[in-house]
This record gives sequence, C-alpha cells and structure tokens, in this order.
Amino acid sequence: MTQQDAHTPRMGFFTDTSVCIGCKACEVACKEWNAVPTKGMDLLGTSYDNTGGLGADTWRHVAFVEQPVPVPDAAGSAQGADGMRWLMASDVCKHCTHAACLDVCPTGALFRTEYGTVVVQEDVCNGCGYCVPACPYGVIERRESDGRAFKCTLCYDRLGEGLEPACAKACPTDSIQFGELDELRERADLRLANLLDAGESDARLYGRDPDDGVGGDGAFFLLLDEPEVYGLPPDPVVTTRDLPSMWKHAGVAALTVAAGVAASFLGRRS
Amino acid sequence: MSKRGERAMVPDAEFRSYYGRPILKEPAWKTPDVPAYLFLGGLAGASASSAALADVTGRPALRRIGRLVAAGAASASVGALVHDLGVPTRFLNMLRVVKPTSPLSVGSWVLAPFSGLTAGVAAAELTGRLPRLARLAGLAAGALGPVMCTYTSVLLADTATPAWHEAYRELPFLFAGGALTSGAGATLLAAPVDQCAPARRMGWVGTGLELAASAVMERSHGITSEPYRTGRVGRLLRVGQGLTVAGGVLSALGRRRRWVSAVAGAAYLAGGACMRFGVFDAGRVSARDPKYVVVPQRERLNGSR
Ligand code: SF4
Repeated sequence: MTQQDAHTPRMGFFTDTSVCIGCKACEVACKEWNAVPTKGMDLLGTSYDNTGGLGADTWRHVAFVEQPVPVPDAAGSAQGADGMRWLMASDVCKHCTHAACLDVCPTGALFRTEYGTVVVQEDVCNGCGYCVPACPYGVIERRESDGRAFKCTLCYDRLGEGLEPACAKACPTDSIQFGELDELRERADLRLANLLDAGESDARLYGRDPDDGVGGDGAFFLLLDEPEVYGLPPDPVVTTRDLPSMWKHAGVAALTVAAGVAASFLGRRS
Repeated sequence: MSKRGERAMVPDAEFRSYYGRPILKEPAWKTPDVPAYLFLGGLAGASASSAALADVTGRPALRRIGRLVAAGAASASVGALVHDLGVPTRFLNMLRVVKPTSPLSVGSWVLAPFSGLTAGVAAAELTGRLPRLARLAGLAAGALGPVMCTYTSVLLADTATPAWHEAYRELPFLFAGGALTSGAGATLLAAPVDQCAPARRMGWVGTGLELAASAVMERSHGITSEPYRTGRVGRLLRVGQGLTVAGGVLSALGRRRRWVSAVAGAAYLAGGACMRFGVFDAGRVSARDPKYVVVPQRERLNGSR
C-alpha cells in the first residue's frame, strides 16, 4: 500500500468557470508536466477552441462558447442591439465517485488512489478500450499510437510530493481550485450564493451533488448556463448502476438458449 | 436569446450542444474485430451446447459438426479479441484479476475455459482418442455455451453508449436468438438433411427470439431506438432479418434437398453476422451525435422536476 495513512481526505478540483479567462495555461501546464503528446496544429473553426474536447492527448480542455445577448440601450432597457458574451470553461476528468471506467476495466489498470482519484496504471493497461465507451462524460480515450488508455491523473505524482496539480498551479485567476473535496464544496456553495445574489440567475453547480447519477464528481464545476452548452451531459448516470439487471436479463436469455437447444434435440429425429 | 444563438449553430435540432460536437467517445473497438467476436462467440456457444446434446442423444454427425465449429469459432473469437487490444502482448492481463463489475473480465474467465475445452474436445473428435473424457469436457463446454451466447450483450450494454445501454433488456435475447440461428446455420450447411431436424427446430426458435427482441428494441426507447431503424444501420438490420427469415423458410423447404438446406444455413449465418455488425454500428452512431445524450437526459431531468 502507500505511505499515506488511511485518513487521507478525498482531494479534487472545483473549477469556477465564471472567472475563467480562456488563457489555456492549464492545458499547457498539464501537457508540460505530464509529457502529453501534441496532436499537431489543428484549427477547428470553433472560436478559440482548437482541441475540441478531452481525449488521450488533451487532459484539460478549455471550451469557448459565444452567445448573443441583448445589450441594454442608453435608457437602460435590455431591448438594444445584440451583443455577445463569452463562456469559457476548463474541462477535466471528473474523478467520479462511481467511476464507470474503473468499474469496467478488466485488468485492474484503472484504480482508485488514496486521494479518492481515478488513475490508469500504464504498466498494466492492455488497451482493451472498454473504459472509452463506458465513461458518461467521454473523457478517457485510447491513444492510437500507443494502444493504451490515457486521461487526467489529477497529477498523482505531484500530490505524493505535496504539490498541487499543474493546471491548478498555473491558473492565473484561481478558476481551477484544488483541495479537499468537502472544503471545495463549501467554497462552491458560497460562490454560487454570491453569484445568484448578484443577479447571475443561470449560475449553477455541476457535479457537486453526491446524490447524482455518478455519486458526485471529484472534479466539479460552477457553470453559467446549461451543461450541454459546454459539451457536458446534463444528467450522466454510471452505466454499472444497471449491471445487476443486465446480468439478470443475460442469465434468463442464456437459460432460454439452453431450453431452446434442449427442446430442439428432444423432438423427432428427422 | 442565448438559446436561439446556440440553435443557429445546430440547425433543426431541439437541443443545445457545444458546436454539435459529440459528448461521448465512440467505442475504440475496431470493425470487423469486435462485431466478428460477438458473432463467433454466439456461434461457438450454440454449437457447443448442440454438440453436447447430440452426443447424449446419439447423433454422431451432429456431434462432430458441433464440436468442430465450436472449437474453430471459439479460437477465432479469441483471436479477434486479442487483435483488437491496443497492446496485444498483454492479453493475459485479462486474467490478472476477477472483476464481477467488468463484463469483459467475466467474459474472459468464461472464454478461456470454454475455448480450452472446445479445442480439446475437437482434438478428441478428430483423433477418436479419450472418448469418455471428451464427453465430459463436451458437456462442460455445452453448459458454458449459453453464457457464451449472451454475455457479449452485457459487454455492449454496460457502457454509456446510448443505443446499447438503453437496450440492455432486449440485447441478451437478440444475441441469444442470433446464436441459435448461427449454430443451426452451421449444422444445416454441413450435415446430411436427414439428420438436420434438431438444427431446423433450433433455427426456428432462434428466429422467433431474434425477431421478437428486435421488434421491442426498435420501438421502446424513444429517440434512442432511432439508430436501429434509420440509415445504413437500419438497412443492414433489415437485410439481416430478411436473411434470418429466409433461413427459417428455406430450412423447412430443404428437408429433402441438401443444397436448399445448405443455402438456408448460409442465410442464417449471414443474417447473424449482419445483426452483430448492425448493433455494433448503431452504438457508434448513437455515441457520435450529442442528441442521443442530451435529449433523453433532459427529458429525465424535466420529468423528475
Ligand atoms: S469522468 Fe470518465 S474517465 Fe473520469 S473518472 Fe469518471 S468515468 Fe472515469
């Protein structure tokens, strides 16, 4: 086991997108520290976003959403000409409480660390790819040049040395906050209350609720619009929640096969 | 107002998304490896069970065909699985742990003894040695056979891929039906017609099961059923069903004519393959389009409010 004692608190990220300035320092710091390869120059034509989403080679991804909004005219009414607002958000592996990637991994390469995070052991992964379609957020991916699955480790190596993850360290606005999950949740609740008071009525926390479909996220967010606007699923559920029922159905179907074959051989000979 | 702007980027869709980009990752599994793995697993499973029953009911011709097909299909399915791995040299890591939460771990622990047993039984069949041991091993393989036929449905369903997950109740029966028709198909193709009665009956049971399961699957899951009905995948599945029905009809007509019976067998096998490729691709289609993620999840959220 590890040198950490059994009482290591669960660590995580609170990403407050309301203060994200879209500088991508997190993307760069993550690539540098974790030696994540580049996919080469790519221009997607989607605002300042040229990585598109999380994947084997993108462990932090900054989304840029351009939204037309009404601009108050000189009289202060909101009927004026259309303006534009920018939503920016740095996405990352959610380090789910009930992590589908970890549940379905047949080799045990994916495991839960003493910090409550979800990490791939690259020396065990055999590249079966099962975690890829299992993740309800579309985070983890097989790197085709290598064959194995990769994703954010929440800088497991840095945590061991008492350092914060590279992205949080590099974030100039503290949009990415690293810490004990309980504390982050309190902080996020306060921040949300402040924003709602200030009239930001679409502000909401995403992945904060321990009773949601994945048991809450170890990396959760404050968003200023619906999750799907940022490319996040509105109500993700860990697929293994239905696994007992799946096995039950498969068991009954297997018995049906057995009965079908048996019945076929019991009848007339020709 | 912001909604209007979003929709302009994703025209004629009743949902919001991030530039229409996928939310989920498409399965990393390759074609034809994994659909072939699904097909071969079912064929091997049904053949092993059929060989075991042929053995105990004294039908040596059917026993021989069942044993050889089971061994061949099982080893080919292992081959397809290993070939699909990102790091094939680490395939034995599949047996590093036993994990009930991973259908692939459970499947590997079924596939390993099953392919070993069927290979041994086939060797005994070909050499005529150790008949009693072969019978025992054949019965064990026959008992594992039905599991081989259906565990792959859980493999697909236990993902976030909308078309697969939502169909988790029907997929096992669909695959069970497909396995029975494939097993029957191999026998019809290879056995003399006067011995084919059990295979004909097996094929009819399988056809009924397959048609019933797909009828439910293609209708009961709202928008998530759509990939099974539309586009190239929908056509492939229709063709597969047509072939399966043709197999059933021809097998009845081919009671006396060997070649009609053989065509029936080939139709069953082709129908089973179409079905696996269709189901596999339906999953890919549903993972690619964010609509299959956002719309059902929104409905769920709005419903619970
Ligand atoms: S977000 Fe996906 S990759 Fe990250 S822990 Fe959850 S299931 Fe695994």
